[in-house]
Amino acid sequence: MSKPNIKRGAGIALAAILAASVSTVAVQAAQKPIVIGVTAEMATIPGKAIANGATLAVQQINAAGGINGRPIKLIIEDNHVSTTDAIRSFQRMTRQDHAVAILGAFTSEVALALEPWSARLHEPFLITGAASNKLAEYVHADYAQRKYIFHAYLPAAYLAQAVCDSTKDLLVPMHMTTAVVLSEDAAWTKPLDAGYDKCLPKVGVKVLDNIRFDPNTTDFTPIYQKIEAMHPAMIMAGWAHVGVQPTVQWAEQKVPVALVGINAQAGSSLFWKATNGATEGVLTGNTSAPGVAITPKTIPFTNAYSKEFGSEPAYSAYSTYDAMYALADAIKREKSTKPNAIVAGLEKTDMVGTQGRLEFQGKAAKFTHALRYGPGYITGVAIQWQNGVQKCVWPLKLANAKVVFPSFVTATK
Amino acid sequence: MLALQILIDGFAISTLYALGALGFTLIFGVSGVLNLAHGGLLVVSAMAAWYVGTALGANAWVSAGVGIGAGLAVTLVTYGAVVRPVQRSRAIPGAERELFVLTATLLWGVMLQELLDYWFSDTPVAVKPLLSGTVNFLGVRTPINEFLTAAIAWAVMGLLWLLVNRTDIGKRLRATAINPRALTLLGFDLERIYLVAWLIYGLLAGIAGVLIGSFLGSGSSYIAGLTGSAFTIVVLGGLGSVSGTLIAAYVVGYIETLTAYLISPALREVPALLLLIAVMYVRPQGLLGKR
Repeated sequence: MSKPNIKRGAGIALAAILAASVSTVAVQAAQKPIVIGVTAEMATIPGKAIANGATLAVQQINAAGGINGRPIKLIIEDNHVSTTDAIRSFQRMTRQDHAVAILGAFTSEVALALEPWSARLHEPFLITGAASNKLAEYVHADYAQRKYIFHAYLPAAYLAQAVCDSTKDLLVPMHMTTAVVLSEDAAWTKPLDAGYDKCLPKVGVKVLDNIRFDPNTTDFTPIYQKIEAMHPAMIMAGWAHVGVQPTVQWAEQKVPVALVGINAQAGSSLFWKATNGATEGVLTGNTSAPGVAITPKTIPFTNAYSKEFGSEPAYSAYSTYDAMYALADAIKREKSTKPNAIVAGLEKTDMVGTQGRLEFQGKAAKFTHALRYGPGYITGVAIQWQNGVQKCVWPLKLANAKVVFPSFVTATK
Repeated sequence: MLALQILIDGFAISTLYALGALGFTLIFGVSGVLNLAHGGLLVVSAMAAWYVGTALGANAWVSAGVGIGAGLAVTLVTYGAVVRPVQRSRAIPGAERELFVLTATLLWGVMLQELLDYWFSDTPVAVKPLLSGTVNFLGVRTPINEFLTAAIAWAVMGLLWLLVNRTDIGKRLRATAINPRALTLLGFDLERIYLVAWLIYGLLAGIAGVLIGSFLGSGSSYIAGLTGSAFTIVVLGGLGSVSGTLIAAYVVGYIETLTAYLISPALREVPALLLLIAVMYVRPQGLLGKR
């Protein structure tokens, strides 16, 4: 081989090697996982449901090819219902694990403590279980700094409105027109109670009293005695951190007043087990429910969830599952994992999830970056436990059962 | 009507408090151990009863039996794996042994809480009531289980009284509480007496745990509260005094119930704690304590 030919051959070989290595690097970059963090209260029913909802969504997204060809790597951290643990974990996932976004938190106190860190670290944070109005109001107060926060669940004001809407359609026609509001003392129930006080009279229900109790309360007898003496038709609950003790004691003491409102843990079959079936007849608001075709995605999700985890999803599983898909779509749409691109992508969200149509409210809205509530978006459902099964009783067009209260609930008769 | 309701509710709560605290004071009186994992023993019993009754579908009496067995087992593990090794350790100076036992049981209680969190989550559960339904007692609608719980608790306390005051084992237990050294000099095996005391404690903890679990619910987050409640009652009644514990349980139970009904359920624990502080100023040995 002549010298020029040797040189040309070597050049071609070098170019081939370079091209091969460049394409290998490109493939490796394309396949590098996108890290997403989850912060959850793992020892609680709603917290565990957050982790499960995220896990299921990631399994499905990865099985379908990931985000633009890149798989998601999920990091789930337990915040132990502690703001300190949650902040430490949030910082670690952001700085050490390089999570492009973090989802989760069912307690408003924890979510509120994480919001400043999301803003400071420019880390997109999708809150999927907490309900305080303040979560989205915080974004509204300083959009430029806090735009990284999305309330991927409903503010308590909307939850109260959903309960009032279902009460109007279901219970007022049954001549149930008086209620005592009974809420746990927590950040999310302050706006909830205010919402109840505002919207219940508008639908024809008189609020006789508003009782708030310490979440550590174990004996509810004095509270139920006090309520019974007022002869209301309904106990309008605002419970999420607690649920088992008041529900069990309501059933065991055969309190003759219907238990309605929001009993958040009661959306999960685990709650039925924890209460030994005392949940029978409890009516609670939720954003979605098993076996109810709120959207074409609801039933496939609840079936897949039950198969994977052996229990029905609590409310926070629906919202986290939907939020994970919204986040994946945002990254896909913007072709970037940079914080500002993710924010821009999430703001363009318009998708059908398991709870309804999802869209985040804009900068000008009071609840900036909270999910839209109302016809055409998320309206919520009311479910009632009947013979050990969650039945949808509202909205009426989706209902698969009529409201039936236990025989000891005489206030409805 | 309200007075009767307070009387019934207060009686049920006080009786459970008494049963829950009796084992705690007994084991302190006999072996000088302040078991800060006490709440953990009660909760393990309740969770086992709940699991067998609800997840495995056993009837309420079988699940209660399993719960009591679990309470006994975890109490013996506490003694054998946590307390006894510290008491026998040559590396720990004799004067500091009690402090080390206190710390070891505190850490054991935290471990139990973490384990229960991991296995069952911290969502409270309700143990199946032994009897369901309500009765109308002088116009007050009361769950039958509330009466049964109080009756069982009193029967157990009666049996304990007979055991301590009318049997040879009881004599040895009382003698150990007064002067263990003398008992050793008389040729009694102190280790065996301690084991009997822990066995009785385990049974009491198991029964109390299951009954409390069916009345107020149970869960890993209850552990600190149950230990604290037993501690308050026992200090108020006098450490190691069984009769003092009984009186203190009823004082605390009724003060809490009166507060819950007449002032606010949110403040139910405050007056009893204020009373405890007052008693510690005026009579630091407690109502019937001798040391």
